[in-house]
Amino acid sequence: METSRLAHFFNSKLVLLHVGEKTADKAHRINGILDKIEHKDLDFEIHWETGDPVETILKASQSNDVDLLVLGAMQRENVFTFYVGSIARKLTRQVKCSVLLLIKPAQVRVPCQHIVVNGLDDPDTPTAIRCALYTANALGAKRVTIVEEIRQQEVQVTVEDDKSLRQATLRKERLKAREESRVQHILEAMPEELTSKVSIKSQSIFGKRGYSIGHYAEVIRADLLVMNAPRKSGVLDRIFPHDIEYILSDLPTDVLIIRNSS
Amino acid sequence: MSEASTTFLRSLPKNIFSGFVVSLIALPLGLGLALASEAPPISGIIAAVVGGIVVALFGGSHVTITGPGNGLVIVLLGAITALGAGDMYQGFLYTLAAIVVSGVLMLLLGFLKLGRLADFFPASAIQGMLAAIGIGILSKQFHIMIGNAEAKGSIVSLLAQIPSGLWEVTKSMDPAIWVAAAVGVMSLMIMIFYSKIRNPYFHLIPAPMWILILTVGFSYACSWFAIPYPLSEKYLVSIPDNVMTNLAFPDFSKAFTQEFAVAVFAITFIASIESLLSIKAIDKLDPESRRSNVNKDLKALGLATVISGFLGGLNVVTVIARSSVNVNNNASNRSANFFHGLILLALVLLFQEQLRRIPLAALAAILVYTGYKLASPALFRRIAGIGKEQFAIFIITLLTTIFTNLITGISVGILVTFIIHVILNKSVGLFIGNLFKPNILMFKEADEGNYYISVKYFSSFVNFYKLKNKLDAVPESESVVLDLSMASFVDHTVMEGLQNYSDTFTKRGGSIEIIGLDKHGADSVHPFAIRKILPFDPLKPIERYFTKRQSDLENTAADYQWNYRANKNIGVDFLSNFIFFRTREIRYFYNTLEDDQQSCRVLDVEFTEGQFIAKEVIKSTLMYITLDRSLPVFTLDREGLLSFLYTGAGFTDVTIPRHDYFNRRFHLSGKDPKAVRLVFTDQLILFLESHPFYHVESNGNAIMILKKERLLGVTEIKAMIYFGQELRSLLQV
Repeated sequence: METSRLAHFFNSKLVLLHVGEKTADKAHRINGILDKIEHKDLDFEIHWETGDPVETILKASQSNDVDLLVLGAMQRENVFTFYVGSIARKLTRQVKCSVLLLIKPAQVRVPCQHIVVNGLDDPDTPTAIRCALYTANALGAKRVTIVEEIRQQEVQVTVEDDKSLRQATLRKERLKAREESRVQHILEAMPEELTSKVSIKSQSIFGKRGYSIGHYAEVIRADLLVMNAPRKSGVLDRIFPHDIEYILSDLPTDVLIIRNSS
Repeated sequence: MSEASTTFLRSLPKNIFSGFVVSLIALPLGLGLALASEAPPISGIIAAVVGGIVVALFGGSHVTITGPGNGLVIVLLGAITALGAGDMYQGFLYTLAAIVVSGVLMLLLGFLKLGRLADFFPASAIQGMLAAIGIGILSKQFHIMIGNAEAKGSIVSLLAQIPSGLWEVTKSMDPAIWVAAAVGVMSLMIMIFYSKIRNPYFHLIPAPMWILILTVGFSYACSWFAIPYPLSEKYLVSIPDNVMTNLAFPDFSKAFTQEFAVAVFAITFIASIESLLSIKAIDKLDPESRRSNVNKDLKALGLATVISGFLGGLNVVTVIARSSVNVNNNASNRSANFFHGLILLALVLLFQEQLRRIPLAALAAILVYTGYKLASPALFRRIAGIGKEQFAIFIITLLTTIFTNLITGISVGILVTFIIHVILNKSVGLFIGNLFKPNILMFKEADEGNYYISVKYFSSFVNFYKLKNKLDAVPESESVVLDLSMASFVDHTVMEGLQNYSDTFTKRGGSIEIIGLDKHGADSVHPFAIRKILPFDPLKPIERYFTKRQSDLENTAADYQWNYRANKNIGVDFLSNFIFFRTREIRYFYNTLEDDQQSCRVLDVEFTEGQFIAKEVIKSTLMYITLDRSLPVFTLDREGLLSFLYTGAGFTDVTIPRHDYFNRRFHLSGKDPKAVRLVFTDQLILFLESHPFYHVESNGNAIMILKKERLLGVTEIKAMIYFGQELRSLLQV
């Protein structure tokens, strides 16, 4: 249901993929669900596949040239550990397109109010912010918060006494100003129609990358968290999988992972 | 001359005086602690002299005093006995080598910035260990105090021998024993009643020094009256004829044996823990509330220990009792520690002859009192008051330490604490699964500039250091809101640690406010009791688990002469006709503050948003004001975040002419724009523009004020009450 609504908001084609035996009962149930969809003009098709879920979904997403893969996930349960621990996590790593993890798909539309997006110093960040703004406009969300996570190591001062505390506080202020101006530059480059309708704020957090943003999204009860995808190469490869893993191991809210397809 | 050096010079006289007073205590204590460890008495003095001078020069704390420590008595005694294998003096030489090595290790700990080592130990286990040390000191020294220097055996057997020891004294024929016992008991009386006598002249000299003066004076009196001094050398302190030349030198020949390694480990462990705890405790006493650099202090202590060991002295640690005397005598910087060392050296060199006249029983009495203080019944009562489980941890650690040794004791203490936590939560997964995950989020809230910290999963002694790291990075003059609502378990170590932080912050003009503990159950009413999230039980009386925030609210209510009620109420009808609550279901409200006319009340509300799996439980603090006049229905919000809700309720946006700034910043909407415009006078708009933002809503005859969708801290509530009362007086006209 939620997926169909999303597809409607973005004017895109919906491909339903069911991994498992096609039985009359299941087909009937899915058709029943599809009948109830509010937006009848939706363009969709159903694929029935069998085999290993991860590989099948991977293959299907490639062959159908999918832009966004939507997965359901439990927030934190035994099933969830299994599901996200294996299928969703593997998919999130390997799939070539962007992924949306839903923890609370609802039958009735719950308005999306507040989107949190990361503002890391990374070439993909502008894309992520653009996507967040685009989503915010498409879903009618009013608020977008850009979170800059600044690693503790960048402060370079260990707080031991009053003097080092003063130094650290000063450095933090400076880093914060730097990060904020960087985000401001990104925002200035965004087209006017994306930025005008939503209120955009930025918040810098000193903490562990990838973790803090999830916790922050949970604290302020954001409705969607938009993240950069883990990169495939470079030193970042070793840092980023961890980031995503923090989020995946304890989904704070719905998570959209943006992968630059180019 | 620079300003810093001027203040230094100006404060020099009082620091010298303070150093002098402390050296008067350090002299008997140094001798006594060394004797209690079965080391030559002078070794304690060496540790104090070297410690005072070296740590004052290189240390990172401000008003601490360094020297031989209580905690080490038992460890050193064990090391000397084990390494010496019968020959006490040889054992002492081996132990000196262990002391030197442990000094190097402490130096290393300092360089590795492991000053937070002490953070990993549960508070009750540490208390149990210290109490065991106290009992250990007391059990042995009691016998010496009553003139029986021969008593030997384990702590337990020594304790068991106390009654028979007393009996021996009464039937003894040797007058020396009688005199020794009399001196001991008199000395103990002086220690006990010293604080009861409130005479300023008497208090110029510390109690231990009175004991020395009186006992040494007694021996001189004997010689003046030509009475043979009843105590033979066996009962007196022995000091080498020439202190400067007869220094012992460490013997490293056992350096690669297992006992040696165990001794080094135990000495380093206890020395570091005792120092770190003392530094933290003294930081709280510092009148200028400076923050000590513990790593720098550890390095200095390590260096001092190495030097002291080579000169035949004991370990150098930061000592709490002497440091607090130092603070009480108005010491303001490290020079007091320096002068304490220097004056002590002078005293020993000048009064060698007099020192040899000090009876052992007198020194033993001082130590008995120290030991008693470490394990006093008041301490037992205090810990039992925190909770049954804390008492269990305390007693188990205490008994294990007495029956085995310190290292085993503290290890068992840690293990028991962990097991108790697991049992209390009925879950190992909570701890194991989330142990290495980061669980703290801290950010500066953009609009107010205060710090907000949220803790997830659990917070106990095993991961308290993470929270400490964050808190340490906040300047103490800032205000912090600490939200524990996402942590399902908070232990005693953390509660006590947070209270310490909170004290420091308050002292320096900041504040720490803990919110989100109301859901947590506690076993006792003690503020440091363990808190854990109660299984879902909506209307359990929360009055039983009074939190700090709740008692602060009670005080706030008293300040305003308002009434405070903590209990939960489900009569929420008066709130439900606000548009804000149209899509939110209020469950109950609690922590109500109310004025006498019932026109203003502040309450914590728990409400839910959404349904089923999208359902979220939110707690928030709001203010409810009734007015004597009726008002148009309106809502004042920022940036129209909730506008979808109000358009649905038939609201239209209202702009106030000639107030562009207000229109840009606030989002005002209402059912009847004309009536609303009449209410928003220039005066009211000016008031709103010049105050922090609140969400204000009117339902026709009452006003609701909301700040954030979380509970507010007490200072935030006070600000809200102020805002609400001003607003009320503006709207009342």
